[in-house]
Amino acid sequence: MELYELTLHELLTLHNNKQASSEEIVNSIFKRIHQVEGDVKAFISLDEDTARQKARAADSEKWPGKIAGMPFGLKDIFCTRGLKTTCASRMLENFVPTYDSTAGARLNAAGGVLIGKLNMDEFAMGSSTEQSAFFATHNPWDLTRVPGGSSGGSAAAVSADEVPFALGTDTGGSIRQPAAFCGVVGLRPTYGRVSRWGVIAYASSLDQVGVFSKDVEDCALVMNLIAGRDPRDATSLEVEVPDYTAYLDAGIKGMKIACPREYFGQGVDAGIQEAVKKALQKYEEAGAIVEEVSLPHSQYALPAYYLVATAEASANLARFDGVRYGLRDGQADNVIDMFSNSRSRGFGSEVKRRIMLGTYALSSGYYDAYYLKALKVRRLIYEDFQKVFNEFDLIVAPTTPTTAFKIGEQIGDPLTLYMNDILTVPVNMAGLPGISIPCGLLNGLPVGMQLIGKPFDEGTLIKAAYAYEEISGIRCLKPQQGVI
Amino acid sequence: MGKDYEVVIGLEVHAELKTDSKIFCGCSTAFGAEPNTQVCPVCSGFPGMLPVLNQKVVELAIITGLALNSKIPDYCKFDRKNYFYPDLPKAYQISQFDLPICMGGYLDIEIDGDKKRIGITRAHMEEDAGKLVHQGNITSTTFSLVDLNRSGVPLLEIVSEPDMRSASEARAYLEKLRAILLFAGVSDCKMQEGSLRCDANVSVRPVGETRLGARAEIKNLNSFRSLERAIEFEARRQIEAIEDGEAIIQETRTWDEDKQATRSMRSKEEAHDYRYFPEPDLPPLRISHEWVERLRTVMPELPDQAQIRLQESFGLPSYDAAILTLTPESLAFFDKCVELYPQPKMVSNWMMGELSRLLNQNNLEISDCRFGPAELARLLTLIDEGTISGKMAKGIFEDMFASGKPPDQIIAEKGMTQISDQDTLIKVIDEVIAANPTVVEDYRNGKEKALGFLVGQIMKATKGQANPGVVNTLLKERL
Ligand SMILES: [Zn+2]
Repeated sequence: MELYELTLHELLTLHNNKQASSEEIVNSIFKRIHQVEGDVKAFISLDEDTARQKARAADSEKWPGKIAGMPFGLKDIFCTRGLKTTCASRMLENFVPTYDSTAGARLNAAGGVLIGKLNMDEFAMGSSTEQSAFFATHNPWDLTRVPGGSSGGSAAAVSADEVPFALGTDTGGSIRQPAAFCGVVGLRPTYGRVSRWGVIAYASSLDQVGVFSKDVEDCALVMNLIAGRDPRDATSLEVEVPDYTAYLDAGIKGMKIACPREYFGQGVDAGIQEAVKKALQKYEEAGAIVEEVSLPHSQYALPAYYLVATAEASANLARFDGVRYGLRDGQADNVIDMFSNSRSRGFGSEVKRRIMLGTYALSSGYYDAYYLKALKVRRLIYEDFQKVFNEFDLIVAPTTPTTAFKIGEQIGDPLTLYMNDILTVPVNMAGLPGISIPCGLLNGLPVGMQLIGKPFDEGTLIKAAYAYEEISGIRCLKPQQGVI
Repeated sequence: MGKDYEVVIGLEVHAELKTDSKIFCGCSTAFGAEPNTQVCPVCSGFPGMLPVLNQKVVELAIITGLALNSKIPDYCKFDRKNYFYPDLPKAYQISQFDLPICMGGYLDIEIDGDKKRIGITRAHMEEDAGKLVHQGNITSTTFSLVDLNRSGVPLLEIVSEPDMRSASEARAYLEKLRAILLFAGVSDCKMQEGSLRCDANVSVRPVGETRLGARAEIKNLNSFRSLERAIEFEARRQIEAIEDGEAIIQETRTWDEDKQATRSMRSKEEAHDYRYFPEPDLPPLRISHEWVERLRTVMPELPDQAQIRLQESFGLPSYDAAILTLTPESLAFFDKCVELYPQPKMVSNWMMGELSRLLNQNNLEISDCRFGPAELARLLTLIDEGTISGKMAKGIFEDMFASGKPPDQIIAEKGMTQISDQDTLIKVIDEVIAANPTVVEDYRNGKEKALGFLVGQIMKATKGQANPGVVNTLLKERL
């Protein structure tokens, strides 16, 4: 067994028992990265020298904390002081922030060792990581397939044992969908649970920072470190942060689980439906109560999402104008040309498409018909969930309509690509927490099961997800030997 | 102006709120610092940065609303106003669109003794943009520089109803608004430094017409004078255009100070579509009734209340009271001076006469005055005590203004004490009588005016130091 294969909690145990030094752990991680990265291409940049220095410092107790000396990765949307933060865009190809994101800073303060920055769809817009301006990331389960997106690099890196855990962001499913495609655990917390400060915004009212890990216990450990109010993020809320590891008790007897019929309908692969239904059976056998419910407005979530998200994105991405940082057309002879040339060259086609969609949706005369209507739909979606949560503890559904698709298969067809988010966006629209855990394999590819909870009730998600690991024995799924 | 038209004016005033730090970050708001020294990743729009609302801004906005008789809704929110400009780092301005912090309200102005109430539509909080510094000539330069020190400075935009009907009403409104903001302590209101800025919406219509004509929004009004001039010019321009059969188009115009004219910047068709939408980075603001009431109880005296006090407690005419309450500094000067020298009308006369004349001549504010109310009170006391004459006092006052020295010191240095000694004065009087026999003869023949001439000669001979009362009595005796 190699150190890189282990989970965070396993590594912590070894480290605490002086059976493995941080330096050994980090060396093992880089050994693995150099072994597989040529195939997987999960990282945009590595911070190898600094990581090794921090590991040595952790060993000599100069880099202390709860996860002292433990390696992790960050999606390249998290600003890192002194380290390039590109958002997988030509626009920010050479952008070096002077500040660390709050979530990243909290991991640093806990002694974490940042290994590198992970690939993603440009500005988090996409579901396959093919929209990275630099290169596509490959699914470790099948290198001809996508890892999902937008946090595809984070999911692939955890799946390929390149890091024990990583942070990503989830605006419409960008953590849960790649977690499902790569067979890892992916938690998107409640909106307002983790600070967005220092995380480059895509859609501010939907973005949320979350965790990729190999198992649920690690997810709980990392949540303990990153969750909680940040005075620099006005939308992060003052809600007490529990000890999430206290939920790792598998006690789901009597837990009421809702199974929304709309998530098992047309367009959702029959094999996936079957896998999730089998999982629900296991929950029932373990003493949970499972009932079918309806979330009638879910069908409107996707179009409403693409209005709200693109509208906010059109404003959020307007600051990339070439004036203060990022790509600039220095040859333009007036400021308007400088703006438009810089933006034309800096943004990829999907980013431009969404900026145009959002600009249109907000335009005078269209605002009421599009943006305002989308906000009303959002309210209805939230109320659907609220009704269900009056009676149930959590909702269980498939994470994605299909398993990982082939690289290049959907890239020319944005609408098909957008459909990947159909089962994940309602959670974002309602601001709820959702976790995707692997629940089985279909034709050799992982299937993700999505657990959706009440606001700020990540604890129940962790409890039920952990219970599933226990009763199913599906934990730390590894891609077949030989693929990578 | 054609007598068959009336001009309709509404003002949009941007007041910088007096806070130490910016509205959404901790940077200083101090004026005049080196370019880009009061900036941080938040106010320069760096990726991943988020705004955090400065509660002091909300407090000052509420105080302003109360001072303007506005309603403070218990719920308001921020919105993004989107446009590209190099001095706008995020390419959107965080402002308030449909749910501002202050709704409705009014203030009263006085024109030639007539009171008029001007409605206020709303007031909302927003952040200022940075500024562009052009190198050399704007048309020939190859680049411009951006200074973001102002970016994120808190502003309150106060929008009036189109209730004003002349340039002088508009000026009176802006003066009154400025006085209220100054008394409420919410803004420094320095037009030169840009902490008070004003745009005017001007339209004309035939008298009797109730619908509003197409309006021009006039920008770049940097003083009370330019406000008045621009409105007068614009009203004339619109009336002439209508008389010539042209239609007025809704547009934005700028005031050209050199040419003393407005010129078109952009028409309605070219106007920005700001694509307002709710700011997702800031939760809506809930304002408790208790907060509003607490601020109401600590509201300082406002100009209207001060004016009434000056009229009722000190018997000042309303004209004096209005002028003295234009700034809190002038009212404080008056109040302090009257405390030491309890003759309000005399103090008012000196403040509105000599002091105001010298301040205007030197383009200064009362806060720049080098002496204080105690020195003026002392000067007036010296007149009453007969140490100096009123005429001498004016000279001393000018000296005080220039040097900042107290009156006693000036008098001592120049040996300017009044001569009341009878023997000394009799000697001078006799000399003057001897030297002007015909005038003396005129006086004795009943020509009262001749007395004035003789007094003048005596004052001249004593370099103005003779006590006029004593001179009068003695002169009459000697004649
Ligand atoms: Zn700042």
